[in-house]
Amino acid sequence: MHIAEGMLPPLQCAAWFAVSAPFVIHGTMAVVRKSRENPENKLLLAAVGAFTLVLSALKLPSVTGSSSHPTGTGLGAVVFGPPVMALIGTIVLIFQAGLLAHGGLTTLGANVFSMGIVGPWVAYGVYRGLKAMGSPAWLQIALAMAFANLATYVVTSAQLAIAYPEGGFGAAFAKFASIFAITQIPLAIAEGILGVLVFGFLMRTARPGLVRLGVLKETAHA
Amino acid sequence: MLKKKDWLIAAVLVLALVIIYAVVIALAPSGAEFVGTDATANELLDAEPWFEPLFSPGDLGGELESGLFALQAGLGGVLLGFALGRLGRRNAAVTTPAE
Repeated sequence: MHIAEGMLPPLQCAAWFAVSAPFVIHGTMAVVRKSRENPENKLLLAAVGAFTLVLSALKLPSVTGSSSHPTGTGLGAVVFGPPVMALIGTIVLIFQAGLLAHGGLTTLGANVFSMGIVGPWVAYGVYRGLKAMGSPAWLQIALAMAFANLATYVVTSAQLAIAYPEGGFGAAFAKFASIFAITQIPLAIAEGILGVLVFGFLMRTARPGLVRLGVLKETAHA
Repeated sequence: MLKKKDWLIAAVLVLALVIIYAVVIALAPSGAEFVGTDATANELLDAEPWFEPLFSPGDLGGELESGLFALQAGLGGVLLGFALGRLGRRNAAVTTPAE
């Protein structure tokens, strides 16, 4: 979900830019470091970035008779850690704001914060939490993806509620969140399944790379 | 590499995705237009935008807009396929000689 061009007051636009900028700079440094570390990382980075690009282009229908789009940021957050996704999310959002009038340049900071920063960090937290509890890998990925998606929309609702607090922040937040909530649930489940598919493929074709990044443990070759 | 069982699991997952969407569309109220939730939320805002998009494909007609969305998905798809293909070949080359 992207907040449309010009819909946040200028001061809040500037504030969200200021909040997001350090994450994006940090993410850019992480991308440069990871791709220098190993050429295979470049291919993996391209894969997780492309996955986000594809998913955020797809509008999917929902039970409420409306549509919404997935974010796909959870996969990269699990594989590379969340900082990398701040840069990838920013690239995707600039593409959509510039060419599709979807989202906006003035609201870029706010949209990067929800989709490129909070979503991936929530995904990473869910993934690490489940991993510590010893749950199977497919469940870690599925829930990380689903929660990245849901968290993105929760943050967007909060950002809109801060900008338009009619009846107080709480009431405004509930109003915006209710637009997204039900629509987003089947999408989050679908995104989780898609994440398991792509991660399963990566596990089989790029195992050494994932082991090196610490996502998978070295297993004895059968 | 990819075994028979892996393909089977993948097929089941794809089927699950199709079923989710079939159910979702069947449950949606009839005549639904599937308007984006972001558009709905933006309409609720009681404000005039203070900045207009520099370029808006919607103004030129829906055909162009869908084309640009397709371009985004297409670019992503090509890049994803290329990267996954290269990764697969690279690892096949690494593991095969050892056997």
